[in-house]
Amino acid sequence: MLKYLADSLVYTLIGIQPGTRLGDTLNFFFYDTAKVFLLLITIIFVVAVIRSFFPPERARKLLGHHREYVGNFLAALLGIVTPFCSCSAVPMFIGFIESGLPLGVTFSFLISSPAVNEVALVMLWGLFGWKIALLYTATGIAVAFFGGIVIGKLKLEHLVEEYVYQIKMGECEMAVPTWKERIEYARGYTKDILKKVWIFVVLGIGFGALIHGYVPMDFVLKYAGPGNPFAVVVAVLLGVPLYSNAAGTIPIVQALVGKGLPMGTALAFMMSIVAISAPELIILRNVIKPKLLAIFTGIVAVAIIIVGYLFNAIL
Amino acid sequence: MKIQILGSGCQNCMKLAKNAEEAVKAKGTECEIVKVTDIKEIMSYGVMQTPAIAIDGKVKSVGRVLSVEEIKKLL
Repeated sequence: MLKYLADSLVYTLIGIQPGTRLGDTLNFFFYDTAKVFLLLITIIFVVAVIRSFFPPERARKLLGHHREYVGNFLAALLGIVTPFCSCSAVPMFIGFIESGLPLGVTFSFLISSPAVNEVALVMLWGLFGWKIALLYTATGIAVAFFGGIVIGKLKLEHLVEEYVYQIKMGECEMAVPTWKERIEYARGYTKDILKKVWIFVVLGIGFGALIHGYVPMDFVLKYAGPGNPFAVVVAVLLGVPLYSNAAGTIPIVQALVGKGLPMGTALAFMMSIVAISAPELIILRNVIKPKLLAIFTGIVAVAIIIVGYLFNAIL
Repeated sequence: MKIQILGSGCQNCMKLAKNAEEAVKAKGTECEIVKVTDIKEIMSYGVMQTPAIAIDGKVKSVGRVLSVEEIKKLL
């Protein structure tokens, strides 16, 4: 259906011959833009409705009885469905520690929450298909699980700012939202996210379309192909400062994959964009000491790099 | 009446505070709006998600920027 619309728009309405570079580029652009926006609206809305059932208070209660391993795994799962904007990272961290959750379990939650990001998920699904999107989710959970376990084993409780342990949390009775309120919340949330990312999506797909139409294959293979053993490391280092532009970078990466960029390198790049972000690190600095911040960043980066090589080897 | 806006002062918190101001103005009630930015104080309300809004010390909504209409209903 979308394919038909894109075809008739470019080849019939605008009148460019199929098979030409310009025709391919435009067709790719219109088809992908329409597909991605449809997916974005649907999935962000559904995710928001699901999230309205898992407030952080609930995550805290659910995790309360579990220690290592099971706790880390549950935390990684809850990190995905619990809603939280990066400003809430501090109160959430304090709330978890205050209720007696182990540091490692708390970190599993803090890693998976940004690492498995619904916008990145949609972009991957729309541009690479559901298998890659699923693989990305599983990878995010795995990185969060093992990252939390390692931080737990290192016994770094003394690297949490002292005041965190002194805070006493109050009780807060919240009414259970009605379905009308959940839908209202999901509608507002979807609108907010779209407003934030649409420009990156359009620019990213536009740029990706240009690569798709004009960049020769040898170019990508030469610099980032299987022949370059450092490609994954470089991809992860490049990805860290690119935070929040997952929406714009994934279409570019997709075009590069089409030109021969290995999938593991691509996945590692995308994971590093969403999982480690400067703004979040700055916020977390309020509750943990610089040394723990560095250990946390290092563990997540290394885990992502391993994942990248692993996928390059098996895919 | 006293409205407390709980949040570190990010964009969402500021928007919530602005909406609260508008709601109070529209209703014409006597109302004081206080911004609570200290993390210890925010936690003492039992809130883990910001922005949150409390009226006379009772938390009414967490983790969401309420619209002017929604705040009017709370007043």
